[in-house]
Amino acid sequence: MIRDSFALLGEYTGMAWQSIIAHKMRSILTTLGILIGVTTIITIWTTIQGLNTYIGSVLSDIGNSVVYVEKYPWVIKGDFWKYRNRKNIGWREYEAIRRHSRLARAVTPQVVASRVAAYDDKKLEQVAVLGTTESFTETGSVTPESGRFFTGADIRNKARLTVLGAQLAEELFKKSNPLGKRIRIGDMKYKVIGVLERQGDFFGQSRDNFAIVPIGTFRNVYGQQRGLQIAVLAATSAELEDLKEELRGILRQTRKVPAADEDDFAINQMDQLTGFYEDATATLYAIIFIIAAISLLVGGIGITNIMMVSVTERTREIGLRKAVGAKKNNILSQFLMEAIALSSIGGVAGILIGLLAGSLILSLLKVTGGVDFSAIFVGFGFSAFVGVVSGFYPAYKAATMNPIDSLRYE
Amino acid sequence: MLIDIRALSKKYLLGTVRVLALNEISLSIERNEYVAIMGPSGSGKSTLMNIIGCLDVPTSGSYTLNGQAVASLSDDELATIRNKEIGFVFQTFNLLPRADALHNVELPLIYKGVPKAERRIIARETLEKVGLGDRMDHKPNELSGGQRQRVAIARALVNNPSIILADEPTGNLDSTTGEEIMKLFADLNAAGNTIIVVTHEEEIARKSKRIIRLRDGRIVSDETVEHEAAV
Ligand SMILES: Nc1ncnc2c1ncn2[C@@H]1O[C@H](COP(=O)(O)OP(=O)(O)OP(=O)(O)O)[C@@H](O)[C@H]1O
Ligand SMILES: [Mg+2]
Repeated sequence: MIRDSFALLGEYTGMAWQSIIAHKMRSILTTLGILIGVTTIITIWTTIQGLNTYIGSVLSDIGNSVVYVEKYPWVIKGDFWKYRNRKNIGWREYEAIRRHSRLARAVTPQVVASRVAAYDDKKLEQVAVLGTTESFTETGSVTPESGRFFTGADIRNKARLTVLGAQLAEELFKKSNPLGKRIRIGDMKYKVIGVLERQGDFFGQSRDNFAIVPIGTFRNVYGQQRGLQIAVLAATSAELEDLKEELRGILRQTRKVPAADEDDFAINQMDQLTGFYEDATATLYAIIFIIAAISLLVGGIGITNIMMVSVTERTREIGLRKAVGAKKNNILSQFLMEAIALSSIGGVAGILIGLLAGSLILSLLKVTGGVDFSAIFVGFGFSAFVGVVSGFYPAYKAATMNPIDSLRYE
Repeated sequence: MLIDIRALSKKYLLGTVRVLALNEISLSIERNEYVAIMGPSGSGKSTLMNIIGCLDVPTSGSYTLNGQAVASLSDDELATIRNKEIGFVFQTFNLLPRADALHNVELPLIYKGVPKAERRIIARETLEKVGLGDRMDHKPNELSGGQRQRVAIARALVNNPSIILADEPTGNLDSTTGEEIMKLFADLNAAGNTIIVVTHEEEIARKSKRIIRLRDGRIVSDETVEHEAAV
């Protein structure tokens, strides 16, 4: 029986198209519900898949075995003031971690400000200035493209040296070689000793538009009181959880947190962000699901309705087909195929529009990387499913009609 | 024996009224016969044809077609028998309006599972046999009544069935065209086909070789037609 249907699949498809073409307007109106549903689903699907790939590729650049000791957690839940009243993370904490942590491979203090950067007659506003130490190459996983990074001696000497992000170097120096040149950051002059490898954009924001200076130099110029962010690299990613526990112990002791109180600092980690992102996409998937359900219902009812009309209109045709030898299954398949074809028209159009809309949204978000074509299967699967479900009752009705009564039908 | 009918009855229940459309009919028909069934309106002609054609099943009695007892068969098995053994010709032609002549004739072959290319060839040959070789790609509304009935006859012939059943095939045709159709049946019978025709025109029935008359669901006469030698 099943093999029978496969052999005749081409026939059923032909019959379905003939019938749809004979009622163009009616078919288009019927498939509109499916079209809207599939368009929405494919648009959201394409967008999420694009974001996933993009964010995944960016996040994997950023170390997964690095934790950041900070005043604020990255994802704030509840009372912001509770966090505001905390003491800053300072040099004492940095020294304590460096001295006492046994699971840390590298400990890097970081502090950021925003200043004007200038060279020659070129002047750039709002350039991020990062004060840090030589171990930033490890915790920040950056490598100099040309020149070199700071040495321990540079840091200890609080030298007036700087290492530039690729974007900043390009904008200040165009094609000329920045190495050895002196640039102005804020009110001070620094000698360029290196340029970092390009890291690329994130949602259209350059991640290479900054200058790094030794942290001691930074603190002399901008003050000792600014809060630090301390990046700590675990020896192995397996020891990350142990490292966090160890850091908590060290920090609670250093900051003299009473045993009953909760931590007055945050230990941040990349998977907090991915977790936040996953929560957000879960919501989007829920929206897809609801839209899918509604359009399944609306589009499906429309298809059932029009298929009932089609079956009634063609009662005599059904009787005749049975008279010349069509079995129940033949008639069932014919009308099921017609329902599937009907919803697939909306499905295909929805896939095309959805892919276009999804790519448009991604390009507006400045997300690069290709469109994920698995959406096509989702769209096809969805519309075929609606076709089968909504076409089944009319098709079954047609298949079980009595041949004589249908032949006599006026 | 091709058709063997014993004490066959068909009852309909219309509300509380019981209609005995066929009342204990017994009848046998051999291969290559040409039979006309006559009788007044409501005498049970169509009911008998539908049962012979396996479109309907009797209420009681037995019907054996080609040695096979039909009563016990499922809907799908009946469909297979209709496909292989029976060719129907209807008063109202019953062609698919959107399909051309060739495709209409192909229809029984589709359900027989004949591959497309082969189907085309057989359908073409059959249309040529009924004199419509030059009208293959015409839709039904582009054909005259007589031509439509020829397409329907080609469709009935295409699977090489044991019997061709025609229920008032000339009922919707003018008398000249009707005669042409009857001539075609006579030719087909001469070529070896078994034909059963329902009609209430005496003149048309005279073209057959045997006339069975029904009244109130019973056979009232069953006679052989004497044909004068062809002129
Ligand atoms: N589906 C049905 N339900 C109830 N009664 C029916 C049904 N089909 C036929 N009958 C009855 O059975 C009897 C025989 O009907 P049938 O159609 O066989 O007559 P007929 O000889 O073909 O008549 P006509 O020459 O008008 O076509 C009639 O009384 C008719 O009303
Ligand atoms: Mg009748």
